[in-house]
Amino acid sequence: MMVNLLDIISVGLFAAAIRMATPIVYAALGGMFSERVGVVNIGMEGMMLTSALGGVTVSYYTGNPWLGVAAAVATGGLLGIIHAVVTVKYAGNQIVSGTGLNILAMGFTAYMSQILWGSRGASERVTGIKDITIPILSDVPVIGPIIGTHSPLVYLMPVVTILCYVVLFKTPLGLHIRAVGEHPTAAETAGIDVVKIKYMGVIVSGMLAGLGGAFLSLSHLNLFARGMTGGRGFIALAALIFGKWMPFGVLGAGLLFGFADALQMRLQSLGILPPQIILMIPYVLTVAILAGVVGRARPPSDYKPYKRD
Amino acid sequence: MVEKLTGAARKTLADMRRSSEDALFQVAAILLAFIVGALVLYASGYDPVLAYAAMLKGAFGDMYGIGQTLTQATPIIFTSLAFLISSKAGLFNIGAEGQFLMGAFTSSLVGIYLAGLPWILHIPLALLVGAVAGGAWGLIAAVLKARFNAHEVITTMMLSYVAAYLTGYMVNYPFKAPGWVSQTVKIAPTAEFPRILPPTQLSAGIIVALALVAFTAYLLRKTILGFELRAIGLNPSAAESAGISINRGIMMAMFLSGTMAGLGGACEILGVHRRFIEGFSPGYGWDGLAVALVGGLDPVGSLLASILFGALRSGGMIMTRATKVPLDIVIILQALVILFVAAPMFIRSLLKRRRK
Repeated sequence: MMVNLLDIISVGLFAAAIRMATPIVYAALGGMFSERVGVVNIGMEGMMLTSALGGVTVSYYTGNPWLGVAAAVATGGLLGIIHAVVTVKYAGNQIVSGTGLNILAMGFTAYMSQILWGSRGASERVTGIKDITIPILSDVPVIGPIIGTHSPLVYLMPVVTILCYVVLFKTPLGLHIRAVGEHPTAAETAGIDVVKIKYMGVIVSGMLAGLGGAFLSLSHLNLFARGMTGGRGFIALAALIFGKWMPFGVLGAGLLFGFADALQMRLQSLGILPPQIILMIPYVLTVAILAGVVGRARPPSDYKPYKRD
Repeated sequence: MVEKLTGAARKTLADMRRSSEDALFQVAAILLAFIVGALVLYASGYDPVLAYAAMLKGAFGDMYGIGQTLTQATPIIFTSLAFLISSKAGLFNIGAEGQFLMGAFTSSLVGIYLAGLPWILHIPLALLVGAVAGGAWGLIAAVLKARFNAHEVITTMMLSYVAAYLTGYMVNYPFKAPGWVSQTVKIAPTAEFPRILPPTQLSAGIIVALALVAFTAYLLRKTILGFELRAIGLNPSAAESAGISINRGIMMAMFLSGTMAGLGGACEILGVHRRFIEGFSPGYGWDGLAVALVGGLDPVGSLLASILFGALRSGGMIMTRATKVPLDIVIILQALVILFVAAPMFIRSLLKRRRK
């Protein structure tokens, strides 16, 4: 049993946990901006998936994976615009719009994959982003193998998290964002352009989800595969709630769920515990936290469409 | 007296006008989706007219096509009614998928392990257990809502994934049939729903579905429970001051909703697959939300919209074979319908511009 345990709990497991957390954290940070301006974004799964395809397509034609990342972010932003137009401009139902985007992404990416590469299953292999090794840090025992060598997009994750925190809590813009979510009428009275801030929040959520998609297709697999997000957009939603709509909370929740994902893969390869039971964990935890079992979760907005009087 | 009558007549007329306007809006959303879909097809080098014609012919051109269309429509009739009944009480049960899976799985167990029962008991029992299991799964979200004010959109969504992994675990470990596929063994013949239009897979499930459409319409319009649910949906505080218990209403609505989805899962297993196969549902539960909205949150509308979505699925396969257009255009069309239905104000502004 002792040998088994060491097989499971290894530096490789923790390195994989950080990798698997990356797309979840990006998307969840995105969801945070959307929810903080009062728009639920359950379309993040679709935004990630479409962005993953956008990134691979541009890398395929240009050979430059960083252009691919830019394209993925832009693709996510574009879908964010659609979500914002439906929910903010036309006051449409946020859940319905998000569902529509998820289904659209599923159909559109498979359709394009078939047109571009003749296969509904996967694209051709493209140039991905190479891992980088941090000198000195990578030589430190235990820590080195865990965080010493990763994709640049992994190292960008804590930076973006801090940036999100600063923007949200240390700048006037962040104050406006929070005000619009918590009390749109008061925000309008105070001279804030509520509609503009809402648009911005939703578009940023798409762009960050796009960054998560870029990680999956340009850093993790270096190709586009059908349904490659595998529910990570929904896990991100869970991480957002579990992290109580706070940047560092989201980072922690994302790391926890990433760890569950890595553990699940490891146990599956060893054939010890059924993977389904571990895959269930993020969802069960989220239901538990909503039930107040693990602390209390109160959303930052009541998510009503805003109408100017 | 006369005044009363003319008043009632005027009210009926206004109702009719409103519902015909609603129908016009649904049709406009569907048309718009097909127009945008045609643009996508055209832009990627296919002939939209040929593709749509092949789809229509495949879905309704012969008895086989009609049978397959109705087969595909059957599960989404259940899940759309499930969404509809919860939405009438102001709840957003987007987790019909989980309730559908729980119903499907439990009914397959009844079908397998209660072999030896006569079919007249076996089939109803399997349906009942499936329905109750779906209802119980829905009830979890209701309890969380009533007790902790946990939003049902998130809880039902998360519980859907829990159900998918839970049933996935069941058919990979304790209840796995011998072989490579993650599935149970076949249910006993006494639990099998008869196929009513061979060689298509259309089963007696469609009859249960039609009965449920009628039942839902009756429940909402003619019963006190239906009235209470609608009252809670329209104005919870007014309903409460009129003596209706909100929490009881939430529980009833979610239980009924889950029951309908669970019954759909049971019918799908007993009629079509005859065993629980991991991943057998391509997202029938998620479609329910879209279909219910396309149907204007009306039971008969749900039926019609289910047939439309069923036709897209069955006609799409024929279209792909005949024209080489990727099958996924069908999913794109469904998504476009949903997005246009999500933004009624957009369609309304388009229609208004037309009228001017």
